[in-house]
Amino acid sequence: MDSGLSPQDKKDLDKFIKFFALKTVQVIVQARLGEKICTRSSSSPTGSDWFNLAIKDIPEVTHEAKKALAGQLPGIGRSMCVEISLKTSEGDSMELETWCLEMNEKCDKDIKVSYTVYNRLSVLLKSLLAITRVTPAYKLSRKQGHDYVILYRIYFGEVQLNGLGEGFQTVRVGVVGTPVGTVTLTCAYRTNLAFMSNRQFERSAPIMGIIVDHFVDPPCGGQRPANMGHPCNYRATDEDDGGQYAGCQDSQEVCTTSFSTSPPSQLYASRLSYHPPALAGAAELCHPAANQVLHAGKEHGGVVSGPAQPPHGADAQLTAENAANTPGSSGDDAGLMHSGERRKRRDEGRRSLSPADPVESLNAFTRKIGAFVNKPSTPITAASLDLPFAAFAPRGLDTEDNDPMVQPPDSPPCPSPLQASLHSQGSEGSGQQDDFVMVDFRPAFSKDDLLPMDLGTFYREFQNPPQLASLSLHISSQSMADDLVTQLFKDSLPEKLAVYEKNIDEFDAFVDMLQ
Amino acid sequence: MNCRSEVLEVTVEARQVEEAMLALLHTILLHRSSGKFHYKKEGTYSIGTVGTIDIDCDFIDFTFVRVSSEELDRVIRKAVSEFKDALSGDGMGQISLEFYQKKKSRWPFSDECIPWEVWSIKVNVVNLANEQERQICREKVGEKLGEKVINVVEVINRHEYLPKMPTQSEVDNVFDTSLKDVQPYLYKITYQITDSLGTSVSTTMRRLIKDTLAL
Repeated sequence: MDSGLSPQDKKDLDKFIKFFALKTVQVIVQARLGEKICTRSSSSPTGSDWFNLAIKDIPEVTHEAKKALAGQLPGIGRSMCVEISLKTSEGDSMELETWCLEMNEKCDKDIKVSYTVYNRLSVLLKSLLAITRVTPAYKLSRKQGHDYVILYRIYFGEVQLNGLGEGFQTVRVGVVGTPVGTVTLTCAYRTNLAFMSNRQFERSAPIMGIIVDHFVDPPCGGQRPANMGHPCNYRATDEDDGGQYAGCQDSQEVCTTSFSTSPPSQLYASRLSYHPPALAGAAELCHPAANQVLHAGKEHGGVVSGPAQPPHGADAQLTAENAANTPGSSGDDAGLMHSGERRKRRDEGRRSLSPADPVESLNAFTRKIGAFVNKPSTPITAASLDLPFAAFAPRGLDTEDNDPMVQPPDSPPCPSPLQASLHSQGSEGSGQQDDFVMVDFRPAFSKDDLLPMDLGTFYREFQNPPQLASLSLHISSQSMADDLVTQLFKDSLPEKLAVYEKNIDEFDAFVDMLQ
Repeated sequence: MNCRSEVLEVTVEARQVEEAMLALLHTILLHRSSGKFHYKKEGTYSIGTVGTIDIDCDFIDFTFVRVSSEELDRVIRKAVSEFKDALSGDGMGQISLEFYQKKKSRWPFSDECIPWEVWSIKVNVVNLANEQERQICREKVGEKLGEKVINVVEVINRHEYLPKMPTQSEVDNVFDTSLKDVQPYLYKITYQITDSLGTSVSTTMRRLIKDTLAL
């Protein structure tokens, strides 16, 4: 198939396809974060922007993409798919779309790899940028918040579209012919956004989350079930956070494409030249999210220690990571509820997706009792309590083994920020709140030696003085007033009723006049 | 060489004209803009980086992506604003985005402009009676624009004729090098207004590029 391809061209092509796949995932995931994307153009090549496009790399996303690829490339029969789904705060989920990067057997042997293929892949990425704002999931993702979040999952292998429901639509983003096959990028998106009636919590394949929980710490690692993928919290990162994805950073290769403007017969003979990455690259992300901190230099910190300006390019080795493939099965759709997608809901206070009261549903997940409340004899749920702020009170009843927040019975804990906050608060306090603690009453500025008794004792003794006589009178007069009122009504009421009945016609005419 | 011609049609409310035109023109220009070329020795060149910005429309339920270049945005907005002003009330009009190459001619003849791709956007402006209709129109036009973006992407990804990459001396014949951050192919925007009878009342040609033909 690629017999006509020089080794250098083959190497370049593999590299292009690899980084195209990674950038495709970045574009898709970033388009579903729920915020507008803004990157800056740079007139000078920085050496770190593949396909001459300023597409920032979120390290977690790159890590997941590389884990899914596991050293392979999208090829014939091996597609890279990004599945976008919606998950409500109650744990129901629904697949919204699946983006597929595939390769078919149609080859274009005459095409120039290092110029034409590269530029066409660049155009295809631009098309992807445009199309990701057009599919229905974009609007949903812009409105995500406490009611629902948008999640993504990357898998490699056979395309699975079963979860998109009936009547799903397909849009082709574009194709690029190469000497080894034609790269095709498509999107299949759900059109039927109504939730199904029965709700079930089903165990689903690990889903990496796009969760913007700026103000919430994620649940402790030790309490998360083993089968749950880690949410990709898109929050302010410290300097150290980049280190956990050192693997992907080290393998991030920089590129500067140089093209030749030789006479037409020798056009487009280009080679990749590798340069050390420019620090603080021009691809800044102007992001509305205040907590997003992107270290451009750090993320593109993969310094390729090849020669600075070789005509043949530095070594371009694929990173063969030994991470396990993500499971191919996407899991069945959980039972779903009415989406309410058609209605425009921007207020977070309104329930957009669940017909049930979200407060009740939250209570179902928490078993907390009010502070300073005597321990009840029977187990209670917060739903049966009518206490304000009960949800935020420390737990005192159940052990962690029975607590659904720690060991959910059927599904992984919902990564909803609200629930996460409840969980984190509940996990901290576990003391018993059923006894008063006697504190010695020491009034301020009082001394014990002047009086036979100290001020505190005096205060305690006379805390409940006898009832004043005038108050008794007041109470009796109050009762007298009540009697008087009762009497008045008792005497005059029947008469008044008689008068009203007699003049009923007048009243009716008056009412008609008003209408 | 035949010029490729594509026609898009939209029906919008008067206040949506500007954003609808910006959305489509910027989508096309996104695909037809490159980073700045930097020529080096030995006939090689490198290309700068193109950034992108998401733009939310105010009167249409739609978000589009444009090239991150304020200069380019100003030029396009100016053209669209003139088109919108020319379209008064309800009527029809057409705005065209033409990509062309310059071909050097010998003196005394001026350079020739040879179009290689023309996008024509036909606009039909309607007036709506009440807010409910406007709300529906807001959503419908958003969906329609989405379809148009898909059409644009489909055409562009056919990868049909594109001018060959020029040498340093000829780059101005293929690209608009006047912007400092991006480099679109040479383009011009023209528009014409049609009255309600369907006849062309006036043909207003407007050249928005710096180098114009003398003839």
